[in-house]
Amino acid sequence: MEKMAPPLRIVIPGKVHRNDPPDASHSPMFHQIEGLCVDTNITFADLKGTLDHAMKALFGSTVKTHFRPSFFPFTEPSAEMYVSCFICGGSGRRGDAPCRPCKQTGWIEILGCGMVDPNVFEFVKLSGYDPARVSGFAFGMGVDRIALLKYGVDDIQLFFQGDVRFLHQFG
Amino acid sequence: MKLSSHWIREFVDVAADDRQLAADLTDIGLGVEGMEVSGADTIFEVEIGTNRPDAMNHYGVAREAAAFYNLPLKPLPALSHDPATQGKAFPIEIKEPSLCPRFSGRVIRNVRIQASPDHVADRLRLLDQRPINNAVDATNYVLWEIGKPTHVFDLDLIEGGKLIIRRANAGEKLKTLDGVERTLTSDDLVVADAKKAVALAGVMGGFDTMITEKTRNVLIESAWFDPASVRAASRRHGLHTDASHRFERGADFESTPISCDRVAQLILDSGGGELEGGIVDIVARVMEQAPITLRLREVDRILGKGIQTAEISRILQRLGCELIPAGDKDVEFVVRVPSWRLDIEREIDLIEEIARLYGYNRFSNTLPAYSGEVVESAEAEKSRVLRSRALALGYDEAVSLSFISHADAETFSATRLLELENPQSEEASVMRSTLVPGMLDMIGWNLNRDADDVRLFELGETFEFRGEKRAEPKRACLGATVASLRNSLPRSEALDASKGPAAEAAEAFRCIKGDVENLLRRFESGKLSFDRQTPDYYHRGRSARALIQGEAVAQFGQLSPAIAAARKLRQDVYLAEIDLERLYLLPLRHARSAVLAKYPSVERDFSFVFSDAVTFADMERAATKLGIAELRAFRPAEIFRGGSVPAGSYSVLLRVTLQSDEGTLRDDQITSASTKIVTALQELGGTQRV
Repeated sequence: MEKMAPPLRIVIPGKVHRNDPPDASHSPMFHQIEGLCVDTNITFADLKGTLDHAMKALFGSTVKTHFRPSFFPFTEPSAEMYVSCFICGGSGRRGDAPCRPCKQTGWIEILGCGMVDPNVFEFVKLSGYDPARVSGFAFGMGVDRIALLKYGVDDIQLFFQGDVRFLHQFG
Repeated sequence: MKLSSHWIREFVDVAADDRQLAADLTDIGLGVEGMEVSGADTIFEVEIGTNRPDAMNHYGVAREAAAFYNLPLKPLPALSHDPATQGKAFPIEIKEPSLCPRFSGRVIRNVRIQASPDHVADRLRLLDQRPINNAVDATNYVLWEIGKPTHVFDLDLIEGGKLIIRRANAGEKLKTLDGVERTLTSDDLVVADAKKAVALAGVMGGFDTMITEKTRNVLIESAWFDPASVRAASRRHGLHTDASHRFERGADFESTPISCDRVAQLILDSGGGELEGGIVDIVARVMEQAPITLRLREVDRILGKGIQTAEISRILQRLGCELIPAGDKDVEFVVRVPSWRLDIEREIDLIEEIARLYGYNRFSNTLPAYSGEVVESAEAEKSRVLRSRALALGYDEAVSLSFISHADAETFSATRLLELENPQSEEASVMRSTLVPGMLDMIGWNLNRDADDVRLFELGETFEFRGEKRAEPKRACLGATVASLRNSLPRSEALDASKGPAAEAAEAFRCIKGDVENLLRRFESGKLSFDRQTPDYYHRGRSARALIQGEAVAQFGQLSPAIAAARKLRQDVYLAEIDLERLYLLPLRHARSAVLAKYPSVERDFSFVFSDAVTFADMERAATKLGIAELRAFRPAEIFRGGSVPAGSYSVLLRVTLQSDEGTLRDDQITSASTKIVTALQELGGTQRV
């Protein structure tokens, strides 16, 4: 927003690095996708609709989204978005066994999102972001975690080892 | 945080069962992560956001439920005892109004300190709190009931019959309730009597003034302490308590006297005794939140249309807000925010409350209208093309970690490195300046697991300093075991007809060279030229660089055997590195149709022996310099070493394609061209074989 005036609709994938000791679900390097949409007509309903549309494209048209209030410093209102479990379909069970990916709740947390806090626009007001005139939403998700769940991978380290036995499973 | 369903329901008549209540609380932002039946009660494990200290207790959660279900919230019971005696109010002096703007106290005389009654002790146990005695339990109960930390002192151990809220003296000592003797600084706020500190304000009470079974007279404290000061004291002394947790996040200024009365109620009910005088409520500084203007059109602008004004009012009022219409026609309100909601400061905060209690999932899912276009990042298509082509060439895409060791950075690159301040290990102590070590690690990983037909590629950024600025140039790296390269080439297409490991290795080299050329030719690369100036980590004889318009764009070849041995690689490994920063400057190559040749072409083969010093590039240059218009292709068809070919030389079968646009070539034209070519090659030092 410092460099570009509104309207702004942007999706940014990238690598992130954190000093997390590596284990089955943590890696010091992983991937995130962030999105930002700012214009003169963007509402909370648009945030939900845009993400619902994207989730259906990603997981299939029968998947449902569910939003819960949350707190992030840069958004107000803030939300966590869940999708109906793409493994068990939302029932929480796989045959007789409990569904592990969704911990039997039938929902999987996918991302955090919210309407951009007016304080954030104040920082870039001079680039054209008057909080009284524009509004927008933002979201961010951890890609590796979603891939772990979607493909049933039990160890995030597998993504970064280059083991051909693993890679060929996705051919 | 554990909360009891029964206790919540004491304050609001929720019809929904515990499962539904848990789901509904979660949907308004108080996430119920777990539920456990405990006798006739259910304990909720609730995640309460750090910005909602008002909801870290049963009354606060009951208020939220009341707002959501549109039910009345039962008021807290007022103190049902009257003072037995009047008399001078207990003296309380606040010396630091900015750090302690309010302090309430009550005196209870002739109390019997004993175990708490069952209904109090049971509730504390349900929440994993240990009952101690009726006075201390009363403060703990009120903390969980309405979220306000309070404290009780043995009044007879308060020296000088007064309390002073002041900064500690540097070096002043205080033994806290946990038995630890602490040395205070002048940044610490203390509650003190005439002689000594008796509590670290907002954090923990003092040991020497605590309630024991000998206590007869109790002094109740309920105060408001500045969050930053409590946080600092908590960190400074390494003391994190239930009290400091709440004060740090902002206590309720108005509940100071209310909570003092609640504690008094519980102590009197359980231990007898009498109130002495009324409440002493010292307000050194009034804390009031500024009213907020709420514009209904702003609610629509942020959330989308559809919420009725009546519902907005209802939600905010149930949360404890007072709405005063302002402006005309009901489009604006001035909202007075309740004292327990320090997190609501701006209009947008009110809008979030409205959305939250209206129900996020009641909003329809819409897509915003827009004009304009979607623009891909400039390199997206180029990466896509490279990726598809590499996959088609049989390379699996891999992603390696961004960190390498200093040793690897020095072996495989020559740039100024980005050092990590907090590396996890020496192996991961710099941001990678080259993709090669990561690729070699991955190839080695596979070789060590008996997978020897392995080809991998990675597209990624490397990191370096250029002058003062950081750069993240994009690179591609291919890695292949010699077995995979051999397996990929049909024997009949091998260029080198010689036998032996050197010939096979040369074939492997030409394989990866072909793959690099294939990738580079996705771009308008013009004619590639090659040289041998590869860095030392490549095999001296089996490596090369590809240049476009004189600039090196790729380097490739066999990994130096010494390095392969040092890395314990079980096979020869071939690498290619492509500088995408340079390559992506070129446009992608697009097919361009050319007129099909009308007349047939002819091929002629010439067998020559050349010294090793003469390269194919030399021969090609010699042939094209002749300017023969009909010369359409000049290729090596086969090379051979050994046998009757002298050492230091090689035999090469050159295949020439001739074609004319004017007519079918005549024999004399073919002969003329052939003779010129043969002469040129002989002038280059070649000996024709017949």
